[in-house]
Amino acid sequence: MKRHRLYGLMAEFHAPADVVAAARAAHEAGYRRLDAYSPYPIEALAEALDVHHSRLPLLVLLGGAVGLVAGYGLQYWASVIEYPMNVGGRPFHSWPAFVVPSFETTILFAALTAVLGMLALNGLPEPYHPVFNVPSFALATRDRFFLCIEATDPRFDQTHTRAFLEGLAGVGPVNEVEP
Amino acid sequence: MSTRPPDPHADLARDALPPPPGPELIGGDHTLASVTEKIASITLTRRTPLGWFVGFGIAFTLFMGLLWAVVNLLFVGIGVWGPNVPVGWGFDIINLVWWIGIGHAGTLISAILLLLRQQWRTSINRFAEAMTLFAVACAVFYPVFHTGRPWLAAYWLFPYPNTMGLWPQFRSPLIWDVFAISTYGLVSALFWFVGLIPDFATLRDRAKSKPWKVAYGMLAMGWRGSARHWHNYDTAYLLLAGLATPLVISVHTVVSLDFAVGIVPGWHATIFPPYFVAGAIYAGFAMVLTLAIPLRKFYGLEDFITLTHLENMAKVMLATGLIVGYGYMVEAFMAWYSANEYERFMIWNRMTGPYWPMYAALILCNVVMINTLWVKNLRTSVPYLFFISFVVSVGMWLERYVIIVTSLHRDFMPSSWGMYSGTAYDWSAFIGTIGLFLTLFFLFIRFLPVISIFEMRTILPEAEVKEDA
Repeated sequence: MKRHRLYGLMAEFHAPADVVAAARAAHEAGYRRLDAYSPYPIEALAEALDVHHSRLPLLVLLGGAVGLVAGYGLQYWASVIEYPMNVGGRPFHSWPAFVVPSFETTILFAALTAVLGMLALNGLPEPYHPVFNVPSFALATRDRFFLCIEATDPRFDQTHTRAFLEGLAGVGPVNEVEP
Repeated sequence: MSTRPPDPHADLARDALPPPPGPELIGGDHTLASVTEKIASITLTRRTPLGWFVGFGIAFTLFMGLLWAVVNLLFVGIGVWGPNVPVGWGFDIINLVWWIGIGHAGTLISAILLLLRQQWRTSINRFAEAMTLFAVACAVFYPVFHTGRPWLAAYWLFPYPNTMGLWPQFRSPLIWDVFAISTYGLVSALFWFVGLIPDFATLRDRAKSKPWKVAYGMLAMGWRGSARHWHNYDTAYLLLAGLATPLVISVHTVVSLDFAVGIVPGWHATIFPPYFVAGAIYAGFAMVLTLAIPLRKFYGLEDFITLTHLENMAKVMLATGLIVGYGYMVEAFMAWYSANEYERFMIWNRMTGPYWPMYAALILCNVVMINTLWVKNLRTSVPYLFFISFVVSVGMWLERYVIIVTSLHRDFMPSSWGMYSGTAYDWSAFIGTIGLFLTLFFLFIRFLPVISIFEMRTILPEAEVKEDA
């Protein structure tokens, strides 16, 4: 096992349309463990990689529901059970007044779920990632686009995959990504 | 991306006609690289201009006035402030409402205009959101410190299990306010931070010195622009916008309920929630203009914050200003139409009583002056917009002053009538919060990208992906 192991092979592109076409070609060639990198969101790129579904909306809905129950429950418990206080003969369970704080806690919990959920689903914070070992990858946050086929893909073969990537339209240098 | 049948006349039309005179959202010949370098250079490479130090120095000096006022308040008590029977609410609530209102434009630009797919929001959303956060910080100062001893006040503001076994009064609009404003502050901060993550990554990759690389790297949390990440990111951003939209409407509604739920003539009106929300957006856009005009000038950002942006903001200001003017009309009409003698006295006293100059100035600012924006030449004149943005800020401050003070100073019984004016401590605290706001804003300009870099990239023609498949 002295063989030099790789994280993957990374191809560089200058135009957004080229990386989208490349991602689609790689997906059609049967590669599944791959990712593309761009300096701004490109809807077509996620589609080319067959990324359609996100669990985030469901999580946010659940977060909002928890916020609603927690907010209303807190007010009900504090005003009816724990500390009932008669103010001008108003009912302890003054539900119309409780709507406002319940609404706010719903939004708060849902928003927190959206942000923390997004980070969790993306596996962030992630202090180390192999793709940063490619020097030109610093341009992925400027004007360069990258497609990386990972070595764990069953169809990955260093020579064949390299040949495949180098044969793509508009491709720049193909780099080896150290693990 | 839907596949549309190709229009056979498209090429023909393109050859025959000059490009449509669409609104100019980005000037010059910018590319992905130049946009990145231009905005990142403000924080990273360009030398901090002398003007920054001068501006920061002035802002920080004003901020010291706030500390002076707070120290006096804490040592002596809230007697150093102006409010007294019958005017129990003064500068504290006037300025709370003023600052919270200013904050609303940031969320409107970042959330509502995103949902409405208004691309012109892209170059102003970042600093408008920062403005929101700083305005909320200034606003929160007032409810916290008007309690006099804030460290003793937490138990009736926040529901936490305290040793006295007491819980907040959830039937009170003031507690609704605590929930609304704290949620608003937190959600605005989250929205702002999420928008900053990809830009932190850009700064991390552009920074030359190690400490900055580490600092921005930690804030970027390992963002690498993966397509899978962007997919979740876009979803989260849209969801946050969808959540922030009803939230921002609710916040000023709840603030208006602080008044409208009470039975004081001049406050007890159903027009209050929509009229306050419109006033908040109106005041907020004025502050965005006040900040955007010098910012684009001194940092040479005219390519990104174009005249189209300024004119659009002027139009939003005009529209919301007219709603505010309608609110004033309805207040007066309802006072007459209700045939309630207290309501009638209140509005007549507001217009002709001892505070009439304030009311007249308010009408001049918010009803007369704002209508000059119908004139296109004025709406597209940068110096005039800068001037009118101050007029609006003053007008909105006067509005809150008039609503709060004139409604209270003539109590139901003439024996308890009185007059109100702010003391030196009130003014010092108010000017001090302006100093705090500007201090934070100067720090923001220096250390964070003032314009969202990754969103600017998306509106470049170069960034478009044309699909043949």
